[in-house]
Amino acid sequence: MVMDTTIALKGAALAPDPSGALVWPAERTLVVADLHLEKGSAFAARGRMLPPYDTRATLDRLAGLVERLAPARVVCLGDSFHDRRAASRMDAADVERLQALTLRAEDWVWVTGNHDPEPPEGFGGRIVDELALGPLTFRHEAVPGAVGELSGHLHPAAAVLVPGRRVRDRCFAFDGAKLILPAFGAFTGGLNVLDPAISGLLGRPFEVHLLARGKVHRFPAGRLSPDSGPSYTR
Amino acid sequence: MPDLPSPLIPAPLIPANVAGWFRSRGWAPHPHQIAMVEAAEAGDSALLIAPTGGGKTLAGFLPSLIELAERPREGLHTLYISPLKALAVDIQRNLEEPIAEMRLPIRTETRTGDTPEAKRRRQRAHPPQILMTTPESLALLLSYADSAAIFRHLRCVIVDELHALAGTKRGDLLALGLARLARLAPAARRVGLSATVAEPDQLLAWLSRTGRAENGPNGCGVRLVTGRAGASAEVEILTTRERLPWAGHMATHALGEVYQRIRAHRTTLVFVNTRAQAEIVFQELWRINDDNLPIALHHGSLAAEQRRKVEAAMAAGKLRAVVATSSLDLGIDWAAVDLVVQIGAPKGASRLVQRIGRANHRLDEPSRALLVPANRFEVLECRAAVDAVASMSLDGERPRPGGLDVLAQHMLGMACADPFRPDDLYDEVVCAAPYAGLARDEFDDVLDFVATGGYALGNYERFHRLVMREDERMAVAAPAVARQYRMNVGTITQEAMLRVRLNRGPVLGEVEEYFIQGLTPGDTFLFAGQLLKFLGVREMEAQVAKGGTGDPKVPAYAGGRLPLTSALADRVRAMLADPAQWPNLPDDVQEWLRLQRWRSVLPARDGLLVESFPKAGKRFLVVYAFEGRNAHQTLGMLLTRRMERMGCGPLGFVATDYVLAVWSLRTPKNMDVLFDQDMLGDDLEAWMDESSMLRRTFRNVALITGVIDRRHPGQEKSGRQVTFSSDLIYDVLRKHDPGHVLLRATRADAAGGLTDIRRLSDFLTRVKGRITHKDLDRISPLAVPVILEIGRERVDGSATDELLEQAASDLVAEAMPELGSEGNDQGRLAL
Repeated sequence: MVMDTTIALKGAALAPDPSGALVWPAERTLVVADLHLEKGSAFAARGRMLPPYDTRATLDRLAGLVERLAPARVVCLGDSFHDRRAASRMDAADVERLQALTLRAEDWVWVTGNHDPEPPEGFGGRIVDELALGPLTFRHEAVPGAVGELSGHLHPAAAVLVPGRRVRDRCFAFDGAKLILPAFGAFTGGLNVLDPAISGLLGRPFEVHLLARGKVHRFPAGRLSPDSGPSYTR
Repeated sequence: MPDLPSPLIPAPLIPANVAGWFRSRGWAPHPHQIAMVEAAEAGDSALLIAPTGGGKTLAGFLPSLIELAERPREGLHTLYISPLKALAVDIQRNLEEPIAEMRLPIRTETRTGDTPEAKRRRQRAHPPQILMTTPESLALLLSYADSAAIFRHLRCVIVDELHALAGTKRGDLLALGLARLARLAPAARRVGLSATVAEPDQLLAWLSRTGRAENGPNGCGVRLVTGRAGASAEVEILTTRERLPWAGHMATHALGEVYQRIRAHRTTLVFVNTRAQAEIVFQELWRINDDNLPIALHHGSLAAEQRRKVEAAMAAGKLRAVVATSSLDLGIDWAAVDLVVQIGAPKGASRLVQRIGRANHRLDEPSRALLVPANRFEVLECRAAVDAVASMSLDGERPRPGGLDVLAQHMLGMACADPFRPDDLYDEVVCAAPYAGLARDEFDDVLDFVATGGYALGNYERFHRLVMREDERMAVAAPAVARQYRMNVGTITQEAMLRVRLNRGPVLGEVEEYFIQGLTPGDTFLFAGQLLKFLGVREMEAQVAKGGTGDPKVPAYAGGRLPLTSALADRVRAMLADPAQWPNLPDDVQEWLRLQRWRSVLPARDGLLVESFPKAGKRFLVVYAFEGRNAHQTLGMLLTRRMERMGCGPLGFVATDYVLAVWSLRTPKNMDVLFDQDMLGDDLEAWMDESSMLRRTFRNVALITGVIDRRHPGQEKSGRQVTFSSDLIYDVLRKHDPGHVLLRATRADAAGGLTDIRRLSDFLTRVKGRITHKDLDRISPLAVPVILEIGRERVDGSATDELLEQAASDLVAEAMPELGSEGNDQGRLAL
């Protein structure tokens, strides 16, 4: 029995993918949030030698999705680049890969985010602050009270207790009016949805679609476990 | 006519004021104390191996006191390094007394993580003659540009509890620190103080300035001084009036008898192996404590203040018993203890010796100890341990190479102190015993990692932590690098802990975060000797109230269980195989072994017995490996993988210290194939890479190398920060740069530091061609204990994590029945 985790938002049927991307089949649209490309090198520039492969890992996963789903449109929901100088630090091979990737969709949209208010030119695609598509609005940061809105920014994660252990991973957070996407980037962690920064934005009751073990699991907020504190914070 | 030396105190060796102090106490220096003075006179380093209570610490300091008495001077003369902050503080206090009484012009101070910043600065400008510190604080001191000036006149370095430091990452860090000290202060002697160990040669090598002991004690410039052994210990194994349990670890059946012994003695130390055992034994003792004897609890998770109170009450003779874990294995001497009780098997002969030594610190009185086995196998193990102690055969561990992560941290520290030429630093580093075998290309890889990350992808070329200057020295690229190093120095990486606070009142101690995360408000648990109700997590603390109802949980701590040592396991095997030794065992146990011989066969000393039998519709395979729980868990993981491929349908396994039981749909036919050594090849690699054990190890490596930051106490999350776990880094690195030095360090740690893989490989070699397979029609007597463990033991530990992970998604579905009602609520919230 396969569980159905389709999300209906203002009449649009949206499918959360176990990778953390969202698929809108009716519009042949693929949505990803918070790629944070070149986050590793941003830390390296400050003397913290994180591995430089996060961009490659993120692009690999994104390219795999584009290959599998062949979307007509790809929307990146902001914070696609970790900072203003991300493009200048990117490995030449990764630059080429990204340029090639944006050509594979008829419409590639970079929504701006707080990390990339001016995303770098030269990777292809178009840059917008917000995108309206049918009944839905795409923006980086959720606006309180907005209806039919897709956003990223908050990196939602959720934890559930199962007998003998606790499972914590990235998730989609959905309250019927707005949907917050998990971060897609390789070096992006998660903030527990029960944190007021996220739960305060959502109407109650809300639900999450937890990405665990290659599947999407749907849980009502009442079943979630709070974090006592992050192990390591950035 | 010249003065004749006194027969007890050789006058030329010991000056009048020092000799007078001994006389005023009615003491004479022990021969080992004089031998330490002689070594110092000759300018030699020395390793002193002596039991607790033999005046070991004074023996270490005596040469320094004499030198400073004869030639008073300013500047740092002697550096004392202890693994415990508390011990450094205690030793300083204890040394003040003789110094004052001898009227010596010597200032002693401590320097630890708790020392205020102003005092630290003053210590660097005007160091005392004797400084007590820890390996981490020494590393910090050595990272300052003025370290050369501070240590220039150093004459002596004393390393206390050397047996507890050598072979650990803290020991690696200290060995590197000593190598640097040898360059700053070539005249400084080294003194190691150690409990009795199996292989003194390893400690001699560790202390020597070359990092090697190939030429024997005389060739490495370190004298071996052995203290007089005390009166031999009187060790008894409790022969309980109750029936001996088949399984379990709490020995609750015997606590009535333990209580009677406590009543009959002045002060009793009750040692247990885990914090969970400590909580339960403490509760049980108080339940039957009709005389209201003052009995206290001491373990590593309790608040420091609480522990200090217990220690002070103990020192003041106000307690009749303390239930303790290894938190009391090291440390301060309490003369008043006249009985040591070990609940559960001791798991190693050296550990038992150490614990027995906590009683009766006067050498002329024997230590008295009572061993309380909790189950039948533990009876065998206790017997084996007592025999091992009697014949002084202690457990030896092979030395492991030093961690590359520790080396990386040290390199950064050295660059902070003073730009270095790589050739010079390499020559220095290989003089530290753990790094004596370090290849130059390995050194260069680590240096490359420290300098630029050392990644195969070249886009970090412009980011440097270290830069090569024109004079070919490596220097830190920016002051921020040094600040970052100093924030993260040290190798102690522990699970994230949460404080436990009573109703916004006092803090009771700390427990692992994951334990608290498994609780829901209203749950009860045993901690700090009381039943507590969990209220919730507030401000990074677990808030609790006293009392509550329901079955209490007991925090099960990661790494709380020490595996049986190889040497002791070997003795247990020998005892089983030799009926001539059985008369020493309780009747219950003898009968059990006789039944086993009749119904099946006894495990041979060198071979491997495997039994198979049907039970409850499943096929059981019991493997009598005696290699310790951790090795058995790894073996269980590998065997089930292989049985899967053989089509045997494995269903699960459970491991104890003695045996492994696997249950499946079908019994494998060929045991030689099943146990073939090649299981340590691809299967192990594949399993290790995925295992949470490796992820945990990687996290430690990432912390030690400064790839991720330590979380400092009191540093709380502010606003909405996101967790960025080391797992993300591990996954990306493993995929894109599998040969990177961080991963090499991780694998070396996991395979070499955790001895179970090596034990497993030795085991598979040993039993090759010597496997006895008994196919029985029902369970054998020897198999009963492990079968009883099924279901009562939580399946935990590193090796089974993967099984849990696989089960987890099913469990998620099970825990979430509403997931099953799909279809109808499509597009609506089912809430």
